[in-house]
This record gives sequence, structure tokens and C-alpha cells, in this order.
Amino acid sequence: MSQAPTREVARRVFAREFNDATYTFKESDDERAPVYALLPTGERANRIFIVGTLTETEDVGEDSEYWQGRVVDPNGGTFFVYAGQYQPDAASMLRELEPPAYVAIVGKPRTYETDEGDVNVSVRPESITRVDESVRDRWVVETAERTIERIQAFESDANEYAEMAREHYDLPVENYRRATVEALESLEEAETTAEPSP
Amino acid sequence: MSDLRTHAEEIHEQFADQLDVDVETVEERLDTLVNEYKVPVEEARRSVTNSYLDEAGMDRDELGGGGGNEHVELASIDTAEQWVDVTAKVVELWEPRSDAVGQVGLLGDESGTIKFTKWAKSDLPALEEGTVYNLGNVVTDEYQGNYSIKLNRTTTIEAVDEDIEVGDNSVTVEGALVDIQSGSGLIKRCPEEDCTRVLQNGRCSEHGEVEGEFDLRIKGVLDDGNDVHEVIFDQEATEALTGIELEEAKEMAMDALDTTVVADEMRGDTLGQYYRVTGPTLGRYVLVNDLEVLSGPVDAESVLIKARSI
Repeated sequence: MSQAPTREVARRVFAREFNDATYTFKESDDERAPVYALLPTGERANRIFIVGTLTETEDVGEDSEYWQGRVVDPNGGTFFVYAGQYQPDAASMLRELEPPAYVAIVGKPRTYETDEGDVNVSVRPESITRVDESVRDRWVVETAERTIERIQAFESDANEYAEMAREHYDLPVENYRRATVEALESLEEAETTAEPSP
Repeated sequence: MSDLRTHAEEIHEQFADQLDVDVETVEERLDTLVNEYKVPVEEARRSVTNSYLDEAGMDRDELGGGGGNEHVELASIDTAEQWVDVTAKVVELWEPRSDAVGQVGLLGDESGTIKFTKWAKSDLPALEEGTVYNLGNVVTDEYQGNYSIKLNRTTTIEAVDEDIEVGDNSVTVEGALVDIQSGSGLIKRCPEEDCTRVLQNGRCSEHGEVEGEFDLRIKGVLDDGNDVHEVIFDQEATEALTGIELEEAKEMAMDALDTTVVADEMRGDTLGQYYRVTGPTLGRYVLVNDLEVLSGPVDAESVLIKARSI
């Protein structure tokens, strides 16, 4: 029996960093080798897990249904999620959900080049489920923790992906530290403003 | 250098009774392999040991660990081909599947359990279920990530007049449930005695076409952003996770004329939620005994302090 390939970890990343992850690569020449997006804080991502507010859905398909969803994180950064006929469950979730709604999405990073030559990063969902605010808050704290861990490891020796990030991006990790602080502050504020309401 | 000397001394000790070799000769042979032919030291040691085994006309089985084995807890065994001593209770004896196997079963100590095999040709006394033994000079083994120990003809067996509370190798893992894999939800199992294999299209891989018995289970993946853990929920744990009981699941499947609606419903309720589960491990799976939904308030402040300070 051949060894089952190990499952890729779902990385936690805020939209601001994710949308900067325009460089993708493979680690072997095998046609079926996984494609990784390079996170600017120095990690490879073949899968991500995001929780945020679905603010808009739209069928942008021409011949067949192709659903676009916008999922916003506490920084106001937007994940663009696309699901078509090959993601029927995710597509039907986007068709049926009424924004705004909190959603949890497991998906793969995808990049495409626009006519202007810019590279856009989006999410191809494996699953979309509706969740409540407590899951969203937990995700924000968890994503902050993982982002801080990556930033802390960025300067360490023999960090292969940090090395790669320096080579391919001109994006200081300080940007993502700030995004992390903002995201956490928004939770704290929500807590203090939510208390007096009936 | 001193490293090779240590290896040489250990090898020398193993053969001291059988062969007339000195430590220097052994060290020289290791040195040739390691420094001249660039063989990794472990491989060099194996090769030199094998050649002395040949010379002495001995089986690898007869070779002790050179005396002074480490006495280890079962759960700490994570390397193959180590010579160790253990104190363990025979939790279960299984039916040997081959004539070469004298006894096979499960040993346990406070730290957990491990499979053991005793070869028929080793000519050792029979172990009894429920008895605690000091087992000297057993060898660890590994197959597909699972460790076991093998008793051999040099193993010493000594019954101990005490009882051991056997641990269950429990681990606790947490994370978001990011996948529910195929073979989850409402499934059918083979009804043959002691089989319980999950049927594929009404067929058991062992017993062919059978009238299956309904069961619930979930094969899921918990992911905390650093590691993934594959977890299995049995019927009881699946009911606790999803709130869907077996009878209800059967009705859902009957109404839809399709069993997959059950897993779909379960996915909608649980994917993306955070859980903490505890249970014993089986190969790469954690078998869920205890389940907790992580839904309480989270501590953003300590993380915020950290984020500001770096």
C-alpha cells in the first residue's frame, strides 16, 4: 500500500497578507505536485482557513453559473472567493446565503493575471459553512497568533520561505504586524461597545 | 572519534563471550567504513555487527543489547530496533494468524499499550492474560507508524506479583474541523462476526455481498493552522457532535432515498467550528472519546500585547 500523501495544513492569514501572496510555486516537477502560494511573512500555503463576513455575492459567470463572494475580515481586507460548476456545494452556498453572514471557508489559494498585468489572489473554496460570531472571534485571535509566529520566525536562520519571500517580494513584515494589531483591537473595541447595549 | 570508540566497545561487549576480538579491531573496521567510505555510523555499526554474527554463527535474535538495557515506558517507544526492558501487564491475547507466532497480543503499563509478538521458535514460557511481567531484552519494531515489541530467545520473563493500571495512550487535540471525509455519515458495516468492515456499494472486502448493518461515524480533520489531526467519531461521538441520532439519520436517508444526505447535513453543522477532542490514538487517527465545542469568549488581550511588543 502506498503512503497516502500528507494533508496540507490550512494556514491562517488575514486578507491584507493573503492578497499580497502573488507568487506561487511547486516543490517538485511532478505535474500533480501541490501548488503553494508564498505568504509574505515566510510560509507556504496550499490551503487556507478563513472566517469572516460574507458581504456580497454575485453570479459573474457568462455561460454557466460562477459565483463570486466577498468575505471581509476585521481589517476591512477582502477575500475574493470564486466557486463554479466544479465546486457545486460551495457554489450553491454562495447562491443561497443572504449577506451579511459570518462564514467559515476552507479553500485553496489561486492567482490570476489581469489584462493590466497585475496578479490577483483569490480563494477556491472546498467548503463554505455558516458560523456564528464566536467562531469568527476565535479565528481572528488564532490568525493573529499564527501571523505573529510567522513574523517572529521571519528573521531566524534557515527559514527557507522567509528567504524566498525576501527574494520575491518587497513587503516589510511590519505591515502584517500592524494588520494583526488592528484586527485584535477591533475585537477589544467590539467587546467594550457591546456591553452597554441591552 | 570517541563516538566510534563507544560503538566499538558496545559491539565488542556483545560478542565478548563468542569471539576473540579486541575493541581496537572493531573500532578499526568502523573507522574504515565511516571515515574512508563515508558510511553513516548507524549503517556501519549494523554492517560490522552482521559480519561478527556470521563469524560466530549466531542469529541476530541471540544478540542481546549488550547488557544494561534501558527500562522504558511503553508510550515512550518511538524507534525501531531498540533493545529495551519493560514491565507490563498482558492486557489481551489474540489468536496468532501464523504458525511462526507463538503468542501475540497487547501489553500495557501506566503510560499506554503496545502490541507484542512472541515467536514460536523462541521457545519461551507462555504469558498469561492479566499477569504483570518484567520482560528483559525485548526488541522494538515499527510497521506503518505503529510500534510493537518482539520477544526473542534471549528475552527474560519474570512474573511480578503486582497490578498495573493500564493507561490508554490518550491525546488531546484541538482545532477547526476543516474536512469530513468520504466514508462518513450513515454507513453500513459487515455483519460477520468480528468483521465490522465498512461496506463499499454493499460489499465487504472480506466477505463479499452482505446485508449490512447501519452505523454512524465521522472521519474528520482537525486543523489548528500548524498541524492536522485525523480524528474518528464513532456512533456515540458522532451523535454528540452533530445531534443527529442513528434512527433520525436512517429516516433522513429513507426520505431522500440517499444515504449521502446525512453526511451533507453533518458537514453543514460542523465544518468550520472549533473543537477539542480527547481519545486514544490508532495509527494516525485519534479515536474521539471526549468532545468539547470551543465556543466561549477568546482572550484577545494577551495576543494583542504580544503583537504590540514584537
